[in-house]
Amino acid sequence: MSRARVVLALDDDVSTDQIYPGRYMATVLPTETPQFAFADQTAFNALLKSGGVPVGSVLVAGKNFGCGSSREQAVSALKGHELVIVAKSFARIFLQNAINLGLKLVEVPDLVAAEGDDLAIGLTELTNLTSGRRFGIKPLPAARQAIMDAGGLIPYTRKRLVGRSVVG
Amino acid sequence: MGMTVVQKVLARATGRRMVAIGDVVEPAVDLAMSHENAALVINQFLEVYQGTGLEPKPWDPAKIAIVFDHRVPAETPKTATNQKKVREFVAAQGITKFHDIRGDEGGICHQVLPENGYVRPGHVVVGTDSHTTSHGALGAFAFGIGATEMASVWALGYAMTVEVPGTIKVEVTGALPDFVTPKDLILQLVGKLGAGGATFHVLEFHGDTIRAMSTSGRLTLCNMSVEAGATSGIVPADEETLRYLREEAGVADDVEPMAPEPDAPYERIVQLDASKLEPQIACPHTVDNVRPVSSVAGTRVHQVVIGSCTNGRLDDIAMAARMVKGKKVARGTRMLVFPASGRIYQQAVAAGYVGDLMRAGAVVMNAGCGPCLGVHQGALGDGEVALSTTNRNFKGRMGNPASEVYLCSPAVAAASALTGVITDPRDGGAA
Repeated sequence: MSRARVVLALDDDVSTDQIYPGRYMATVLPTETPQFAFADQTAFNALLKSGGVPVGSVLVAGKNFGCGSSREQAVSALKGHELVIVAKSFARIFLQNAINLGLKLVEVPDLVAAEGDDLAIGLTELTNLTSGRRFGIKPLPAARQAIMDAGGLIPYTRKRLVGRSVVG
Repeated sequence: MGMTVVQKVLARATGRRMVAIGDVVEPAVDLAMSHENAALVINQFLEVYQGTGLEPKPWDPAKIAIVFDHRVPAETPKTATNQKKVREFVAAQGITKFHDIRGDEGGICHQVLPENGYVRPGHVVVGTDSHTTSHGALGAFAFGIGATEMASVWALGYAMTVEVPGTIKVEVTGALPDFVTPKDLILQLVGKLGAGGATFHVLEFHGDTIRAMSTSGRLTLCNMSVEAGATSGIVPADEETLRYLREEAGVADDVEPMAPEPDAPYERIVQLDASKLEPQIACPHTVDNVRPVSSVAGTRVHQVVIGSCTNGRLDDIAMAARMVKGKKVARGTRMLVFPASGRIYQQAVAAGYVGDLMRAGAVVMNAGCGPCLGVHQGALGDGEVALSTTNRNFKGRMGNPASEVYLCSPAVAAASALTGVITDPRDGGAA
């Protein structure tokens, strides 16, 4: 169980262009991408860069969060600020990229939460401590959980590669 | 129970007799494509090998394609340096399907791959670009992945944790009316399904409209399938696919089409009547905000863009050229045309389309992604409106969150360039 405050509440269909505008795509390294997270939402971007957002803070959104481009910068930028994304649903590539890089996502189909709310996130249930309402969490498919458990896709792939070279 | 096309592709790619929807599989990859973001893939690829004592070597350089298209020619020293690093890696690893910034063989990845015959029916194609769905037009199972996942594919030769997706069958019947195009069809479908309506599903296209459609039109349909959240779009290969591969892509070896089985398990069937379709437009700021063009006719347009992996092929440019030939682009409106590849550009020159467009006032730019994703060329001013044949109109997509983007067919774009306002091409275009 982790407790955290909602620092930004967004609607449905938040695109990767909003999360990480295309003009910063030449910046690729995970160490450099966080400065451009939500670059066009200047106030939130400034807050992130000022260090005013505690690690583990929550960004809530509606359906289809992360739709659009496959750009992995949209994930590494959020991961750099150690944000937790709670949304009603996620776009496929964004979801997979988040699992691969270890960005924490929580899928809560019936979520109701606003900026400033405090949330308690469990394994199967999320409680909005401000409203007192409880919501079910949709679990990750088991195969994807294995990548999370390995610490991301790079260590997961490395293990396969080393295993194969020993066998063959 | 039979199998959908994608089930059959995944069964082949995993060496199984059959796969069921929901199975988690590790399909062998036939083609692994990246563009400039190969710079990040290389970074992640080298990290995979760290501490293993193994030499970083891609599993099969012949199955890797790298195409520079997003920022061509480079717009900043940073991009140029990324491209330089990729070139060095390509040379060191012997990657032959590399398309640099060139007028003969360069262009947008989703055009370069099909026109060089790299994509075949039944292939598993992955690309570090969401519009990799395009290649389903040739009967392949093609989907977008992130850079780290591509690094994993380069190392292992297969994709991991691929869930066999369910399929939505899209059945389209009737002939498209004049000035109504495959783009209008896919816009209507995305509007109907919603931006996340097909998430984790494949759109499989059927019906006499599809059978009669060129590969170019099919590429447009599959390209924008991702705008409904689909993992991929796919058109089962047929005679047109074989014709395209033989005549346009120069493929001489055997090609084996793959059709769905008659009792394939479709989760849903969507039927569309093409003969009743009007020109469609996606309004700001979501691709599923789709209406008939007539409902927003008269809206002032500052920049018209014709091109991209969605609508930058020869038939798209031909339609625009025919509509503006002998006329003039409205003062106060800029018309930018981006052919999807160097090959298409040359064909458009030879056919006289480039001359017709330029004499009308259009600017014909080099082949590439152009202003579609807001990184390079054709930026919009505050409060300006773009009308574009590209595939996304998200807030800030073309680089300026204070601008608006509408999406439409080349016919609507060309008609509107002449009037300076959104115009239904059936109304004749020129004022």
